[in-house]
Amino acid sequence: MEETDWRFKVAHREAKIGVGLALFNFVWWFGFAYGMGSRPVEEYSYVFGLPDWFFYSCVVGFLVIAVLVIVIVKFFFTDVPFEEEEDLQ
Amino acid sequence: MNYAVLVPMIVFLLIIFFIGYWASRKLSTTSNFVSDYFLGGRELGGFVLAMTMVATYGSASSFLGGPGTAYTMGFGWVLLAMSQVVTGYFVLMILGKKYAIMARRYKAITMIDFLKSRYDSSAVVLLSALSIIIFLFSAMAAQWIGGARLVESLTGLSYNSALFLFAISVLVYVTIGGFRAVALTDAVQGAVMLIGTLILLIAVIIAGGGIPNIVNDLINENPSLVTPYGAEGDLSAAYVSSFWILVGVGVVGLPQIAVRAMSYKNSRSMHRALIIGTIVTGFIMLNMHLIGVFARPVMPGIEIGDKVIPLIALETLPPWVAGIVLAAPMAAIMSTVDSLLLLVSSSIVKDVYLNYIKPDATIKTIKRVSFGVTGILGVIVFLLALDPPDLLIFLNLFAFGGLEAAFIWPIVLGLYWKWGNKYGAIASMATGIITYIGLHFYNLENGNLFGVHTVTLPVLLSLVAFIAFSLLIGRKAYNYNASSIK
Repeated sequence: MEETDWRFKVAHREAKIGVGLALFNFVWWFGFAYGMGSRPVEEYSYVFGLPDWFFYSCVVGFLVIAVLVIVIVKFFFTDVPFEEEEDLQ
Repeated sequence: MNYAVLVPMIVFLLIIFFIGYWASRKLSTTSNFVSDYFLGGRELGGFVLAMTMVATYGSASSFLGGPGTAYTMGFGWVLLAMSQVVTGYFVLMILGKKYAIMARRYKAITMIDFLKSRYDSSAVVLLSALSIIIFLFSAMAAQWIGGARLVESLTGLSYNSALFLFAISVLVYVTIGGFRAVALTDAVQGAVMLIGTLILLIAVIIAGGGIPNIVNDLINENPSLVTPYGAEGDLSAAYVSSFWILVGVGVVGLPQIAVRAMSYKNSRSMHRALIIGTIVTGFIMLNMHLIGVFARPVMPGIEIGDKVIPLIALETLPPWVAGIVLAAPMAAIMSTVDSLLLLVSSSIVKDVYLNYIKPDATIKTIKRVSFGVTGILGVIVFLLALDPPDLLIFLNLFAFGGLEAAFIWPIVLGLYWKWGNKYGAIASMATGIITYIGLHFYNLENGNLFGVHTVTLPVLLSLVAFIAFSLLIGRKAYNYNASSIK
């Protein structure tokens, strides 16, 4: 049984993180939008003039994802060489 | 004719020309022409990579059509548009390092090169080249029409002269500069989009008397405008969520995006692009769709959605600023068009001509053929756009969703699932395209099946087809390490 290229293990882990992040992104976006947005309009409150569901789902949601991407890339992603190396085999 | 608007736009076009010229000088000193012309020699840095992905993706439809729809639909459409933030990180994280490594090992220059080496099948190559040529050619022509209409509405030139002006500017630098020129100009165009939408958003908020005031006006007009359900209450949660596939995660399957994911220099560039791409995509999408919604109380009664952005810019900004800001949608259209043009030309030259017609062509011949094909394609698109045939409009409808349904699994599972084989890939592509076209007609007649966008089911069905055919016919595990033995 041949050993898996170590770079592929890194790549597989990072792809899984990507799927996880997208799921989290979706849940946040969906939860605030339809959780808060389904109330009658009279009950909305407003943050910086924007409807609350929109503010939390799209504005805060975007900021949270941006921060998460930065943190994940800085601390969990590994630099790997892309060119084939002599000592691979 | 409005010179105050026109001059900044012309200056913008000249800058773009200059970049194309500069990139072409670099091209003439290179030793590997094909890789350089179609892929920029795999040396894009993080910023350029991020911007070229954002700019390629932010096409005319999202730049003019999106805010126009937000104008009619209200906040519900901004919510829908924000599903695109996911593309900023998802494509690079999913294709990611494995795609970059495999592409180098296969010496792949196009997405089809990758599929060719992975599945080792001429049928896969020809089927994918054919779908790229047909669908993206139509998508490109539709964008040219959009670009010409924009020039027309800004300058007062006739449609034909506007188209001519537009065609010349695109052709010159794509033909001469290749991928590097396209990527570099994308970076400039992305920056223009970023700043342009921000300026316009601020101007619209000021013109409307502040956000609370604007939102109040919207509620007074129609309270549904500030709900997630759209002005008529017809945007269902399922429908809006299904856009996560069409404009969100499904973008992984678009050839013009996938080719960019093999063009970067090293993993550090990729990391930077992830961060910049996410922030820039989210920022542009949020800004320009909010502009659409906020424009409603400021300028009520605009009938044609595509005109919302040009009209509101001319209304709220001093003319020369409007000229710079309106270079943004122009930038979006041009960068989409030029990358599509290059991609279609690479499919013809690299995937068909070099693979099957003349594998032993000399560098000189390849050069001549590449410039020639790119130029001729441009002329054909120009002639078609003068009087667009119905078939073209028709094919364009399928371009994005159809290509996503066709390519997403052959690429993604080809990378990560060792049991994937050519039978699965062929079945998946055929299923994706056929069910997409079939369902499109069904939905036209009967309303959306299950209340979701047309792309949803074909993507699921092509997944089933990929897995079923890979396991049933010629089942064999692919060894991702083996091909590294020279």
